[in-house]
Amino acid sequence: MLQVRNVTKRFGGLQALTQVSFDLAEGQILGLIGPNGAGKTTLFNVVNGVYAPDEGQVIFRGQDITGWSPHRVAQGGLARTHQVVRPLNELTVRDNVMVGACFGRESHSLASAGRVADEVLGRVGMAERANQITSSLNVAQKKRLELARALAAHPYVVLLDEVLAGLNPTEIGVMVETVQRIRDDGVTIMMIEHVMQALMRVSDRVLVLDYGLLIAEGSPQDVANDPKVIEAYLGDPGLARRLVAEEAG
Amino acid sequence: MTAWRRPGFWLTWPVVLLGGLAVVLRRDNTLRELGFTLLMFAALASSLNIMMGYTGYVNFGHIVFFGLGGYTGFYFISQRDWPLYPALLAGGLASALVAWALGSAILRLRGAYFALATIGINEAARAFVNNFGPFGGPTGMSVNFAAYTRYGGAAQALWLTYVLLLLVAVLALIVSAMVKHSRFGLGLMGIREDEDAALVMGVNAPRFKTMAYVLSALFPGMVATLFFFKNGNVEPGDAFRLHMSIEMLVMVMLGGQGTVLGPVLGAITYERLRGFLLTSPIFKDLHLAFAGLFLLLIVLFVPTGVVGWLRARFPRVRGLLT
Repeated sequence: MLQVRNVTKRFGGLQALTQVSFDLAEGQILGLIGPNGAGKTTLFNVVNGVYAPDEGQVIFRGQDITGWSPHRVAQGGLARTHQVVRPLNELTVRDNVMVGACFGRESHSLASAGRVADEVLGRVGMAERANQITSSLNVAQKKRLELARALAAHPYVVLLDEVLAGLNPTEIGVMVETVQRIRDDGVTIMMIEHVMQALMRVSDRVLVLDYGLLIAEGSPQDVANDPKVIEAYLGDPGLARRLVAEEAG
Repeated sequence: MTAWRRPGFWLTWPVVLLGGLAVVLRRDNTLRELGFTLLMFAALASSLNIMMGYTGYVNFGHIVFFGLGGYTGFYFISQRDWPLYPALLAGGLASALVAWALGSAILRLRGAYFALATIGINEAARAFVNNFGPFGGPTGMSVNFAAYTRYGGAAQALWLTYVLLLLVAVLALIVSAMVKHSRFGLGLMGIREDEDAALVMGVNAPRFKTMAYVLSALFPGMVATLFFFKNGNVEPGDAFRLHMSIEMLVMVMLGGQGTVLGPVLGAITYERLRGFLLTSPIFKDLHLAFAGLFLLLIVLFVPTGVVGWLRARFPRVRGLLT
């Protein structure tokens, strides 16, 4: 569905992504984790066209989309949410979702976009807020709106950037169920997440980025037990032991 | 939902059309002059609103389209002896063409940078026309009085100009309402609220912005052709008055940017206020100072304008006040 080949992205002297490659298979949920500043959101930005990579290719449904502008990528069927929510504040919730439907993959007319919006809002549990002005929503609701907007495009792939961050445990439970349901509806998902427990539960596979390098890839269990991953998050577990040994010696 | 099924679509332009026709029936010259100014302001403010209110790009140089379009239309009438109707179209198309060319360059800029660029363009356009021979340079052009005989004399020509302006203004309002309630308009409002988010959702922002800019430029060019035809002459100082751009901003802000009704309400209110200030012995040199003060007060206290305030105050009429 989505193939990323040797993608490198630099910002001035900062190497944000180095030779990152991975495949996203249809119908899967692919988790993307890594410490803060590892380049996770940058990777999303390269995939959906916000940034053009310095090297490498992004191939989506057999088509090379490297360097496409974000609106073209979106129309091709790849939607995303933002880590920091970006609602269209002065529009209603319904209008927000209609933008997704009108300009996404299926390019709906205004009338059919309205129907799609109502359906999607029902799916993410926001139906009763459809006519509210978006700026009046709380964070959890805005996150669900981000999701609804992305889904209204009926995308093949959706990139979810920390949809669980800032939610309380109950809200996380609801959101995780929603994500699983979206996958069951046939949408392929790639998600960045810091809430490990939830991520490990829903992901089919997990990628780990550290300082722009892909350091591990595999099933959630394998990744959780990978020494390199533990080191990236907690520091080298052997280091303390070696230091103690050095002191003693 | 198509635009004409919405109640809000029927609120603004039919009222303006009927009001404008009533003036024709009364055959009152003073009323006609007042109507001319009101319709001109309403059309200009409404067209500015497409860019500023719907798309969120504050344009200090809207008067450029008035100036260049008016000059073009007037050139064809006075120098090429064209009838008014094709000249009217030529004026509008010339402005739209300029907007299309300019748009590809300056619509890459956002926020304050775009606003600054539009001021620069106003000055550049004035300097250009000042030095452009075919347009008469600094002295401008004037129309031979005999040209009006084609329309049954000067008095008849004035009425004809008024009726054409009424049609142009009503057309501007219909276009404004249709844009507001269309897929295109939804895309524009997405750009206004968050351009990057709109792009990510698939809105082709560069093209949408250019289309909005072209559409907003079309009407000032037509209005100006009628205005200068009625005046009988055109000169750079009249055509590119930066303060008129700012007065249009006041009208849009006062009435409520991003609404169909707002610019019309703003235009009428501002015109009445201006009329009062210009004729009052105390304030007569201060009307622009008041416009500035007004703008400041609106931005500080009612940033959504009269219509926005009404919408917030009476939620039940939201659907109507669009």
